[in-house]
Amino acid sequence: MDRAKQCRWLVALSLLMTAGFVGADWSNINMRQGVTEISREVFDLHMVMLYVCIVIGIVVFGAMIISMLIHRKSIGAIPATFHDSTMVEIGWTVVPVIILVILAFPATQTLNAMYDASDADIDIEVRGLQWKWQYTYLNDDPAKEVSFISTMLTPADEIYNRAPKRENYLLDVDNELVIPVNKRVRFLITSADVIHSWWVPDFAVKKDAIPGFVHESWAVAEKVGTYRGKCAELCGKDHGFMPVVVRVVEQEEYDTWLAEKQAEAAEVFNTIGKTWTEAELMAEGEAVYNQSCASCHQANGQGLPPAFPALAGQGLSVGPIAEHIDIVLNGKAGTAMQAFGQQLNAAQLAGVITYERNSWGNKGDSVQPSEIHKMLGGQ
Amino acid sequence: MQIETQTSKRTTLKLLCVVCGMFGFGFALVPLYDALCDLTGLNGKTKGQYVVDEQVDEQSETDVSSRRVKMQFLASNNADMPWVFRPVSRSLSVNPGKLNATEFFVHNPAGRTIIAQAVPSVTPFRAARYLHKTECFCFDQQKLVGGESMDMPLRFIIDKDLPEDIKTITLSYTLFDITEQISGELAVTN
Amino acid sequence: MSAVIEEHHHDDHHHGPAKGLMRWVFTTNHKDIGTLYLWFSFIMFLLGGSFALVIRAELFQPGLQIVEPEFFNQLTTMHGLVMVFGAVMPAFVGLANWLVPMMIGAPDMALPRMNNYSFWILPFAFTMLASTFFMEGGAPNFGWTFYAPLSTDQGPPSTTLFIFAVHLMGISSIMGSINVVVTILNLRAPGMTLMQMPLFVWTWLITAYLLIAVMPVLAGVVTMMLMDIHFGTAFFNAGGGGDPVLFQHVFWFFGHPEVYIMILPAFGVVSAIIPTFARKRLFGYPSMVYATSSIAFLSFIVWAHHMFTVGIPLAGELYFMYATMLIAVPTGVKVFNWVATMWGGSMTFETPMLFAIAFVVLFTIGGLSGLMLAIVPADFQYHDTYFVVAHFHYVLVPGSVFSIMAAVYYWLPKWTGNMYNETLGKTHFWLSFIGINVLFFPQHFVGLAGMPRRIPDYALQFADYNMVSTVGAFLFGFSQLLFMFIVIQTIRGGKKATDRVWEGAHGLEWTIPSPAPYHTFSTPPKDLTEAHG
Repeated sequence: MDRAKQCRWLVALSLLMTAGFVGADWSNINMRQGVTEISREVFDLHMVMLYVCIVIGIVVFGAMIISMLIHRKSIGAIPATFHDSTMVEIGWTVVPVIILVILAFPATQTLNAMYDASDADIDIEVRGLQWKWQYTYLNDDPAKEVSFISTMLTPADEIYNRAPKRENYLLDVDNELVIPVNKRVRFLITSADVIHSWWVPDFAVKKDAIPGFVHESWAVAEKVGTYRGKCAELCGKDHGFMPVVVRVVEQEEYDTWLAEKQAEAAEVFNTIGKTWTEAELMAEGEAVYNQSCASCHQANGQGLPPAFPALAGQGLSVGPIAEHIDIVLNGKAGTAMQAFGQQLNAAQLAGVITYERNSWGNKGDSVQPSEIHKMLGGQ
Repeated sequence: MQIETQTSKRTTLKLLCVVCGMFGFGFALVPLYDALCDLTGLNGKTKGQYVVDEQVDEQSETDVSSRRVKMQFLASNNADMPWVFRPVSRSLSVNPGKLNATEFFVHNPAGRTIIAQAVPSVTPFRAARYLHKTECFCFDQQKLVGGESMDMPLRFIIDKDLPEDIKTITLSYTLFDITEQISGELAVTN
Repeated sequence: MSAVIEEHHHDDHHHGPAKGLMRWVFTTNHKDIGTLYLWFSFIMFLLGGSFALVIRAELFQPGLQIVEPEFFNQLTTMHGLVMVFGAVMPAFVGLANWLVPMMIGAPDMALPRMNNYSFWILPFAFTMLASTFFMEGGAPNFGWTFYAPLSTDQGPPSTTLFIFAVHLMGISSIMGSINVVVTILNLRAPGMTLMQMPLFVWTWLITAYLLIAVMPVLAGVVTMMLMDIHFGTAFFNAGGGGDPVLFQHVFWFFGHPEVYIMILPAFGVVSAIIPTFARKRLFGYPSMVYATSSIAFLSFIVWAHHMFTVGIPLAGELYFMYATMLIAVPTGVKVFNWVATMWGGSMTFETPMLFAIAFVVLFTIGGLSGLMLAIVPADFQYHDTYFVVAHFHYVLVPGSVFSIMAAVYYWLPKWTGNMYNETLGKTHFWLSFIGINVLFFPQHFVGLAGMPRRIPDYALQFADYNMVSTVGAFLFGFSQLLFMFIVIQTIRGGKKATDRVWEGAHGLEWTIPSPAPYHTFSTPPKDLTEAHG
């Protein structure tokens, strides 16, 4: 092949690649544009950077390829003797600096906007726990405050390939975070154990949740819909299994939802007083166990010794009930066993303790929510 | 060759000094970091006890501006901490320059004595420098025997120089169970 | 990599190597120690690679098939530690041992006894580290970055052994780099100025200074961890007045220069190979030296770009963003210089040149994605996703690892006296080149689409690209067995290499016979015109 022909091929090939590149369907392999002004700015920034990098790549690699084609010994190239050129070297130092300065401007602007600390319409505390998220809608009236835990919904059967994987595999939770559309929401992000990172790609919000410290981030979602993210910082065994799901709804729907949640909390408070049957406790307990306990102690109660002891036929759940309650409510210092007394309500606690004492072949006693409530210092 | 060995030894010794120095520097980063945090409010760390300057205080009494800042309180537990822990009021509307007081409620539901340490954190970070706490339960370890409750006091002043764009300050406390560390230390001293 | 077989023919006026195993245990000869380092590094490369293959096999399809999440975390941690501290760093120390004395006309390393110790520490350190797999609670499972409090509060019992292993590796690296600095500063052939040194020597001098500066900081941070775990201090525990974020600052103060420790010697290798096969002097030698120095300097002031999401005040984020972007300038200068060296040359494409060119292209891709990562708002989306995984693997595998392979092919004839099989070498190159791109390029896409790193299982939309990636991983992984075969074949025999080996090669190491005698430059060379092309 003569040189001119080679060059023509090269040009054709690069044009073809560029065309394919621009025309390709990017949606599943590119950053998400998202639904906030910030996330769109971030997306634009990303695309600008990408194109700049591609242009630099084409220039540098193009020069290399041309050089490899025409400066090869096999076609009789004679080596040149130049080995420096001050002008050229100054040129390729200064030009990148100029490009970088130009790129720094929009980046600085967007970052500034991200740090805008003006007041929000809703404040939500986001607390990372191994391996779930706790959301608290802050309210000056404690009776109106809503707090719940959001855990992954995907069952172990799907993860272990015993059942077909459904849509939103690993991305479904029991309790979604619900926020109204076009409202400025402030997330106060913290952690109760190790470092997590709360990430919603569609809001361009990713903030580390650090035990003992609170960080803030804001989002104004402009489109109704469900947005899914994940924990983005290695936080132990089930780091891959703590998704974030945010549902953005119209204001009216949000109000209804919030009122329901508030009523639910009051309802729970009422049911604590009544006497629960064993069946009711077991049903409540099974749900709670699968949500909060099964990731460590396993659905079959066999645990993952030595870190996570078995509950079936041994240990706490067949020992004295007082000790069992103490560990579940107050945790065990120096281990991964959390103090669930402040995470779950009295009915859930009574249910789960009863469930653990009466499952997997265990046959034991039960405990009433009212008793637990008293132990937690309630009247 | 002899000279070369001599110079080599000297160079080696110098480099070993650099190594020791950098090992020390690693540890020196700890106080350096704390100093930086104090200076910039990095990580929202608040300062220690603030001693009220009488004159300033008088001045502030006479110069009550109409500015209001929302002071929001968060209380949460580290995962192995069983106490009930909540602010008595979720938020206060405060006047920069004036002394404010609030309380946090704690209750120990466990059947054992627990010693706790509260760790404060402020957002926005910039506000940390302007939050002066004259009295705070976080300055000391708190101890409750099983079943005991307590209201823990907090008294603070927001500096009048707080930047105008800050409208809300969030002060968060996280309770850590430090019973084991403390008893460990006691065992060592005994 | 070994000169064993040919050695006894060259015994005429020097003492040759001792016989048997003891030769290797007690050796103070820089060539023997270089060989030991290189073989050790290759074994670690296979070990770390096998961890990676298990990881990729698990990620072949969504769902958990092969390993449990707990063990998966141990694998990612050990893969990182073994590759960084066991494969890449010792390989470069091995190259330095073999080449630095020969390039500067010195008879040996300046501190031969220490040289022996610094190597023999490593097998103990890594045996200790690898043995943690068999301990109760398993191996370290908190990632090679071992962030507190995951590592301090919840680390398995083996964390203590991990800390000791890191200490040992640190001591080994520090001793090795002191040796390099002392050798370069004091044992250069009379008359050789610093600016006459080959670029490989320059980059290693700067790397050694980086190591001396930051390995003690790593030792400091693991010591603090040890104290937090066993002696009740609270450096990183908020409850005791410490701060988990402090851990990240100290770690990355070590960690970012560490990244350059793994790439600067690669720059040196490529700067030796490209001129040889372009038959043209390296373009802009002084600017290469200055660029390397500026990269080293900048590496100390950009560490927080690894932790943009931990919550740093706006001013801090902006500073670290600008400083990080600045690194693109000296790095760009280097790439442009290599291209300019090729330009106007008379190139041939033997295996070392192929690896070197692939290095320039693929390292540049890694560098460009690094530039994207420097932009803080965009980094909030990239951080801790597979985009980052793709980025640093592009810099480290087709970057550092390719340069090491290029170096082995380039200097192997000098070390063994035999030419390697060119056809097999090229086959190895193309398999590796295709494998590596099939392995890591799709990871850019899954990262952008939102797949976090360090997860054993992923959402369904990432399935296709992960499958492709795994195929690439196995292709790349098994190609390395061919590499091992080629090297062993070359050691055992083959076409005899000339002293110059390559037509366009310049440097003192090419003025001595092939294979290099056991002792070289016992009297310093007089003619230094060869020193750098």
